[in-house]
Amino acid sequence: MAIQDKEICWVSEPELSFWESTFLPAIAQGLKTTVGHIFDNKTVTQEFPEVKPNLPANFKGVHRLNRDDEGRVKCVACFMCATACPAHCIYIDAAEAPWEDRDKYPERFVIDELKCIYCGMCEEACPCDAIELTSEFDISGQTREEMLYDKDKLLSIFDQTVKLPKDPVRTHGGVLGPASEIVQPMPPGKVPPPLPIISRPANDSSH
Amino acid sequence: MPTVIVNGREIEIGADERLNCIQAAQRADVEIPHYCWHKDLSVVASCRMCLVEVGERKPDGTIAMVPKLVPGCQTPVKAETVIVSNSPAVLAAQKATLEYLLLNHPLDCPVCDQAGECFLQDYSYKYGRGYSRLQEPKLLKPDKDHIGDQITLFTDRCVMCTRCVRFTREISGTGELQVIERGSHAEIDIFPGEPCNNKLAGNVVDICPVGALCSKDFLYEQRVWWLESTSSVCPNCSTGCSIRVDQNKDVVYRFKPRHNPLAQGEFMCDEGRFGYKYINSPDRLTQPLVRLEGDQQPTDWETILPGVRAAIEGAITAKPQAVAAVLSPWMTVEEAYLLAGYLKNLSKEIRLYLGPVRVVGDDDCYPKDVHGNAVAPTRFTIRAEKCPNRQGVEAIIRHFQGSTLSMDDFWKAVSAGQIDAAYLVGGDPHEPWLTDEQGALLDTLKLTIVQDILPSAASRRAHYVLPGGSFAERDGTFVNHAGLAQPIKRAIHSPEEARPDNRILWELAGRRGLFNAGRLRNEIAEHISALQALTHPLGEFGVMLDTPGKPTNASVVANAATSP
Repeated sequence: MAIQDKEICWVSEPELSFWESTFLPAIAQGLKTTVGHIFDNKTVTQEFPEVKPNLPANFKGVHRLNRDDEGRVKCVACFMCATACPAHCIYIDAAEAPWEDRDKYPERFVIDELKCIYCGMCEEACPCDAIELTSEFDISGQTREEMLYDKDKLLSIFDQTVKLPKDPVRTHGGVLGPASEIVQPMPPGKVPPPLPIISRPANDSSH
Repeated sequence: MPTVIVNGREIEIGADERLNCIQAAQRADVEIPHYCWHKDLSVVASCRMCLVEVGERKPDGTIAMVPKLVPGCQTPVKAETVIVSNSPAVLAAQKATLEYLLLNHPLDCPVCDQAGECFLQDYSYKYGRGYSRLQEPKLLKPDKDHIGDQITLFTDRCVMCTRCVRFTREISGTGELQVIERGSHAEIDIFPGEPCNNKLAGNVVDICPVGALCSKDFLYEQRVWWLESTSSVCPNCSTGCSIRVDQNKDVVYRFKPRHNPLAQGEFMCDEGRFGYKYINSPDRLTQPLVRLEGDQQPTDWETILPGVRAAIEGAITAKPQAVAAVLSPWMTVEEAYLLAGYLKNLSKEIRLYLGPVRVVGDDDCYPKDVHGNAVAPTRFTIRAEKCPNRQGVEAIIRHFQGSTLSMDDFWKAVSAGQIDAAYLVGGDPHEPWLTDEQGALLDTLKLTIVQDILPSAASRRAHYVLPGGSFAERDGTFVNHAGLAQPIKRAIHSPEEARPDNRILWELAGRRGLFNAGRLRNEIAEHISALQALTHPLGEFGVMLDTPGKPTNASVVANAATSP
């Protein structure tokens, strides 16, 4: 559905009062933080790599390619991640899938981890939850070529991280969300469970 | 002039025009969504997407509306017809129709090749509901890979518009496709063992408004939003179909026909459609070569062009009447003009030959009857002459020389020992343009310069090899069988060191600045009376050389409006 004019909410900058427009309150507020640090003796340095950092739950680290229940790559090579990627670091070669229940799969899937800016747009764009960012951040390589992660490497990251208590944060401990389930063709005579009914918008007057 | 009122806006149509509501609305810049209706096919009014309210304005100014919605494709307009396509009733009907069409349509847009140029997507976005109320499982029908050698059918994506069926019945006349089963079980299929392999089969993929019929050649190659299109002309026969060259990162992925009422109409043949592979060929000549002590060695353009110029001038000083140039019918008018002008400027006695014009069989006319014989009226013709610009190059040669000489004349002259130096422009990328025996004759020449895109018996023997560009890498003009001059435009960069022929010849001729097809066209039109129509802007459709001033029929232009 196209965005209608009435659905757009325009916001404008709040007006500054005289006192605010001198910027003195803002400067005082900033200096409070600075001065506060002078008297704060807490150690914030972490002893990495001996001590692993406690990363926030939504940290975006290296990518992984998820597997489906049968261990196959979940990706359907729709190129949405490559399209969404602002750094153009995803290279996919699509081909006809060797499996009956799928049309298309990635024959080659390469992410240039050096070009990547870890924004997570690929993960957002993926229609089947096949690509995800893990909390692994300490990746390294001797050459640039090594940092081109191919399909096997990305799948192996899935194997390594899927059992971690922390990963995957976005797919609830290895159980992938409902959006990721591939709809299987129903055998004749069998009735599938009803899909959740989406409530109709109140302003829909066509029926 | 009759007046039609579309959504309250009055537009005038031609007195003798026969338009339906969709076409009349297009004139008023109003889109009436439609699937099954296609300008060149019969009307079935089966998709119900174009339902509109229609009425008539009476002489006293009152408006009487038909008390129900009617299909716009099937309803002709006349003077004082009123069309309403934005009333609540029409919008509700559009929503309902789309919901119905989407009942069994799989939501596999991410893996569907049509996504991005799919009218089910576009119309759902513009006119649809945005969610589905279906709770039952969708009907899944098996894909049909056996529909044709070049086409495949994703059965469950089909919306039963039957455009493909009507195309094979009305345009190609071959009638391979049909609807089997009825109701919600209806499917497109072929007769067992009779795949849809006619020479126009690729068009069913273009006219399919959804992703049901897909081209096997293009399947999963690219997402369409990455393709950049350039308007051009198919070079694979002298019909000169208007096409779009779709490329991404200098790789050509497909040709699509472009509407041109002056050239071919709406469609193109498979020979042309799939005849692009050579552009991406790894065999392409990519490096200028010069023969030094018997061996061809790579060199650069800064070295080879002065070398070629000096060699030609040397040959002319020695014996001008023994210098020959072969101008390929694959060259553009501009390139032929540059080369012919450059050589004739050096010496009037140089002989210009028209390169090999490949003719295969007879013109292939469609539709066909069951016996494969063409039936009048002809809707599409695949020409026997498999080169894009014989007429244009001939006009150039005739201007400089009075008459054209054929390739046979050239080989006769070579075997008679009358020629010492030859500038050969190849061209035909599909078939070798000279035999090995003819190639061997070139050994007798003192100077052979070959400008081509693919290696041949000539390029292997040449003293100088100039790697040129395919038609997709060049700007210029092609003149088709009927004398229609159409512009071709550069879509991609040439591989490695290869350069578009126009640039090679521009620099060889020692001209200053950069090649500009439009400016050179004006110069040609000034000098050559046969081509003076080229002063007219070629526009989207091109210009007929004999009747250039004739305005393109207004209805023709209006009907060119974007349509699925």
